[in-house]
Amino acid sequence: MSAAVSPAPRRGWSFRRPSVIPGFGLTLGFTLTYFSLVILIPLLALAIRSAGLGPEGFWKAATDPRVLGSLRVSFVTALIAAGVNVVFGTLIAWVLVRYRFPGRRIFDAIIDLPFALPTAVAGIALTAIYAPNGTIGALFAPLGWRIAYTPSGIVIAMIFIGLPFVVRTIQPILEEVSHEVEEASATLGASRFQTITRIILPSLTPAILTGFALAFARGVGEYGSIIFIAGNIPFVSEIAPLLIYIRLQEFNYVGATVIATVMLLLSFALLFIINLIQAWSRRRYGYGN
Amino acid sequence: MEVRVQNVRKEFDRFPALHDVSLDIRSGELIALLGPSGSGKTTLLRLIAGLEMPTQGKIFFGDTDASEKSVQERNIGFVFQHYALFRHMTILENISFGLKVRPRSTRPPNSEIRRRAMELLDLVQLSGLEKRYPSQLSGGQRQRVALARALAIEPAVLLLDEPFGALDAQVRRELRKWLREIHDRTGHTTVFVTHDQEEALELSDRLCVMSQGRIEQVGTPDTVYDHPTSPFVFGFIGESSTLPVTVENGELWVGGRAIGLPAGDAGPGEARLFFRPHDVDLIEADASLAGVVSTARRVGGTRRVELEIGGAGHLVEVDLPFDHPAGEKTRLAFRPRRWKLFPAG
Repeated sequence: MSAAVSPAPRRGWSFRRPSVIPGFGLTLGFTLTYFSLVILIPLLALAIRSAGLGPEGFWKAATDPRVLGSLRVSFVTALIAAGVNVVFGTLIAWVLVRYRFPGRRIFDAIIDLPFALPTAVAGIALTAIYAPNGTIGALFAPLGWRIAYTPSGIVIAMIFIGLPFVVRTIQPILEEVSHEVEEASATLGASRFQTITRIILPSLTPAILTGFALAFARGVGEYGSIIFIAGNIPFVSEIAPLLIYIRLQEFNYVGATVIATVMLLLSFALLFIINLIQAWSRRRYGYGN
Repeated sequence: MEVRVQNVRKEFDRFPALHDVSLDIRSGELIALLGPSGSGKTTLLRLIAGLEMPTQGKIFFGDTDASEKSVQERNIGFVFQHYALFRHMTILENISFGLKVRPRSTRPPNSEIRRRAMELLDLVQLSGLEKRYPSQLSGGQRQRVALARALAIEPAVLLLDEPFGALDAQVRRELRKWLREIHDRTGHTTVFVTHDQEEALELSDRLCVMSQGRIEQVGTPDTVYDHPTSPFVFGFIGESSTLPVTVENGELWVGGRAIGLPAGDAGPGEARLFFRPHDVDLIEADASLAGVVSTARRVGGTRRVELEIGGAGHLVEVDLPFDHPAGEKTRLAFRPRRWKLFPAG
């Protein structure tokens, strides 16, 4: 650790920066090994398996109408659910941070339940409530709006499981946005509405994007709760993870890995873009870094 | 603009933070609200700003009753201790915010807003930094931006809440001088809160000393320093030493010895003597305050000697020039040059 004792003047970028914190080699080695074992190798296996088809076969399998249909259902519903979650999750985070009311702590704890609840339980519960003869479903049935067994049901299930991600990412940042900033805005003559749209929401943008990305990723990958409520009609309410499962049951392992690979690439691309926007806004807005 | 605080009382959850406070702030003056924490000075400032509403009493801006007006309507400039800048806006956007949020009918054109913001940036000596973000500035620079932002709306009153509290001593002294200059140039009625008596004495036209939700004394720095009207003010403003004394036969007595000070018009009985440690004469007469030196510390250009007076072990402090020969002695006798008597208790 001689570098740590007498830091040399910096000459451009070097792989290893002098640091007073010891154990760089050990921790980095451990991180990479762990990362490889848990994430990289399984994903690589997936890619290799699906590559066995050759580019043409891969393309054919990936553009199968049923596959495309399921991918569309998965991504569109996940985007809608993440969008809904961002709006209401922000609202819930706001209420939890800003107001003191009886039962706040219990309410706060309940937010985390979707993390802990087995997704199948959630799916069955949601189906029971939103089915045409369920408590809430019965209210919508006369309007001709079926929720369970349609894409609407998928969105509901995704909202349920994605909500805590949004609330929990926005909450700490909202606590950090000081009350004084709002007061400053008011003394400068800004109305409540102007303070919210010009001061508070811009400060929350990076956190909102993170919450959106997390809720979206969770929605795309969700399986357990959705299959109960979706109805699983091909081209209408069949999600990609379910199609993978169906392919596996047909012993069509390659077909399953192709869908999985496409999902992986799409998700990665989307998350990467969101991450870039987030990094940019974080640099700009300064909160949460 | 003149500000009149009239019999204002403020309670937080039944806990009184201000008891029946009245204060007249003159147009164009720089007044300091000074007091220890919990004295209600920040509450009073926030009441003037409209960030809090009084439980009782009224606040007038000129002749208009501002008590019922919202913060937005009062047109005040407020500077917070921790700057409260908008982190996602550039310095220029921060300064022009107050003008940009005005309704269309009273909002100046964009070019005019920009011109005024640049002018203010120049006033606070930060020209060239308009495109930076607050996180790229030092604490002192941020506070100057906060001041420029508050000045941009042409406030009726400028209110500063411990504006230099978060800055280090060097920057604080610099900004203090600079704030005085800005005030002299712009002439805004300014109220600032501080717990730093040196800051208040140096900066303000008048100070308002507060304690436990009440105003103890209002006056020019010299009046408050030279003629404190209560033991609290004597103890809080400047250095002070205090000693219990007995008034008898028109003289002051300590431990059965006359100390050579006339009692003036104080009635016989117990009293408390207050004096400034630097305002004493060393003497060799019998009628004096004599004591045993318990500690002596060199503080810059003076030597602060702590004396134990009489058998009861009362400690008082006395300042000597650091090279004064008496600093080596174990026993000192002195008499305050100026002093004040307050009733005991």
